[in-house]
Amino acid sequence: MESKSLDQNQLLDEILHQAEKLSTSDSRDRIVEKLYQNSSKLVQAGVTYTKNKHSQRTEKLDAIFTSPILGFPIMLVMLGVVFYLTIAGANVPSAMLAEFFGWIEGYLTLFFEMIHAPEWLHGVLVLGFYRGTTWVISVMLPPMAIFFPTFALLENYGYLPRVAFNMDRLFKSVGAHGKQSLTMAMGFGCNAAAMMSTRIIESPRERMLAILTNNFVPCNGRWGTLIVLASLFMASGFTGGMAMVVTTSVIVGIVLFGIIVTFFVSWILSKTMLKGVPTHYTLELPPYRKPKIFDTVIRASLTKSLSVLNRAVKVAAPAAVLTWVFANIDIGGTSILLHIVQFLDPLGQSLGLDGYILMAFLIGLPANEIVLPVLLMGYLSTGELIDVEGIGDLKQIFLDQGWTWLTALNMMLFSLLHYPCGTTLINIYKETKSKKWTFMAFMIPTVIALLVTFVIAQLAKLLGWV
Amino acid sequence: MSRQFRVALAGNPNTGKSTLFNVLTGLKQHTGNWAGKTVELKEGSFQYKGNTFKLVDLPGTYSLYSNSLDEEVARNYIVFEKPDLTLVVLDATALERNFNLALQVLEMTGQVIICVNLIDEAEKMGIKINEKILMRRLGVPVIKISARNKSGISALLDAMDRLMSGEITCNPVPVTYDEETEEKIAVLMPLVKQLRNSRIPSRWLALRLLDGDKALLEEISKRQQYEEVLQ
Repeated sequence: MESKSLDQNQLLDEILHQAEKLSTSDSRDRIVEKLYQNSSKLVQAGVTYTKNKHSQRTEKLDAIFTSPILGFPIMLVMLGVVFYLTIAGANVPSAMLAEFFGWIEGYLTLFFEMIHAPEWLHGVLVLGFYRGTTWVISVMLPPMAIFFPTFALLENYGYLPRVAFNMDRLFKSVGAHGKQSLTMAMGFGCNAAAMMSTRIIESPRERMLAILTNNFVPCNGRWGTLIVLASLFMASGFTGGMAMVVTTSVIVGIVLFGIIVTFFVSWILSKTMLKGVPTHYTLELPPYRKPKIFDTVIRASLTKSLSVLNRAVKVAAPAAVLTWVFANIDIGGTSILLHIVQFLDPLGQSLGLDGYILMAFLIGLPANEIVLPVLLMGYLSTGELIDVEGIGDLKQIFLDQGWTWLTALNMMLFSLLHYPCGTTLINIYKETKSKKWTFMAFMIPTVIALLVTFVIAQLAKLLGWV
Repeated sequence: MSRQFRVALAGNPNTGKSTLFNVLTGLKQHTGNWAGKTVELKEGSFQYKGNTFKLVDLPGTYSLYSNSLDEEVARNYIVFEKPDLTLVVLDATALERNFNLALQVLEMTGQVIICVNLIDEAEKMGIKINEKILMRRLGVPVIKISARNKSGISALLDAMDRLMSGEITCNPVPVTYDEETEEKIAVLMPLVKQLRNSRIPSRWLALRLLDGDKALLEEISKRQQYEEVLQ
């Protein structure tokens, strides 16, 4: 029996040796090509299409949506429209929510005074936890409740697969896969969820590219930051509808920049650590379907928004308490918060940011949703405690801290480019089972975020723009 | 005499594979772990004409190369666990792409029934499928079904029963590759045939080797040692 198994092992070795000799890099391509040819022959023989109105309409629409000339402008316009709707629609309910929560806060404070609660309890619960979490809700909920359903409608209608189709050529040219654009679309909602969606990419190499670059599309946890900063600082010279247009353009610009970085990083990686030829595939374009508007809107806005919000609040609550505690415990006459901030400040300044902002991003590792609230709490804890009513008052707080358009721009860029949130990193590890790639998924964006903001800050200062 | 057959369910994602699985097995389902891989597969069973059919729902995949864990699990099940029958579920509205998987399965096992699912949706879109032509070209039964509307299920059960009882037989028509590939297959075939684990179709194995699928050879070697220990 022993000798027999040895023979078999030798045979296996021999087979492997022969196979290696015969196998060439295009073997798979040849095999797959023949399979596709046969599939196509089978369909030609056994399937007939009686063209009805439906498929004609699909063809006509595809001629427009996937046209080499019109395809890209339409995509940009769609992107712009979705963002415009989100920004324009979110402002009013956002302010209303903020006002509502502020109104309740007044009563909460009254209640705490009434029961003669110690000051620190009021500080932790109301100024820390309550204000922190309600800020997250009032800033985040309205854009999410608009963005998710709008995106879901486009998806249900069948437009998103056309986006993948349009993007395929671009992705191929950088050595990646067209389906990556679908995983990116998912990333606009949540990068952590998008990690799971990369399973649709069959080749491990291309899937890794999609995983490593997904962070460069802003997830909904970062939309809040982007939208708020863009509307506060980028459109200051404009009013009304024009301000919305400027805000939208800035956000479209930021998103496009993220996409450019995605292509750039994919290209570099596919030339270095993830070398290889993109696999070919046929993208199936589903028919356009009339979306079930009511269902989609309800499901997308309720379930998606609420689940993301739930996460945000869960993470924001402890972060809010932590921030408040840090701000209120003194070591050597200075609060812990200020110690951290002062330590981070030189680096922050060189990036066009400041110590508070970097601290907010550090505390925001578990969830990007809380970066802005934490930053706000940090600023307020050192300055006057003012009641923030609506997003408008926010700008004054930032200006008091020496913010310029450069601070806002670089914070937006840092938010776009920096390391993925904790949940995303955990999912990356789960999907890749590799510490090395998880580490890379953390390092690549971080290095890019530091480099880009540093260069912009130094250039702006050198040219005397700030 | 009542007999028991093991049936694997393969197909692309979103072809209604799971719907068919549920229709066939009803509530008799559970998940089971499979040797070697920590992946859970849904299993279920049903009776038809006194025979028991045990169904395993393989992961939905677009192909059966070793691109992903899902593909490997589906492929290893068909090749190594040797089900008595494999049902390949195809999306009638996207047959061209779906056939790709069917052709790959046919290289791995001859005992196949092709279920062209979502036939109701295809008809709505003006797609007419002539299953007799497809049957002749493929050499295996092709049944049009709509798992959602539970239509075509009795024809499918009948085909399964008749195939298992030997009343009908499959003669899958192999894909002929280009000359160079065929020559290479011819070189590898005699070697591959000497492998004691000859239950694996040698033409398919030769093809996978040409593809440079080392994970497969490792799996074979692993399983061979395992079997030797058992002997």
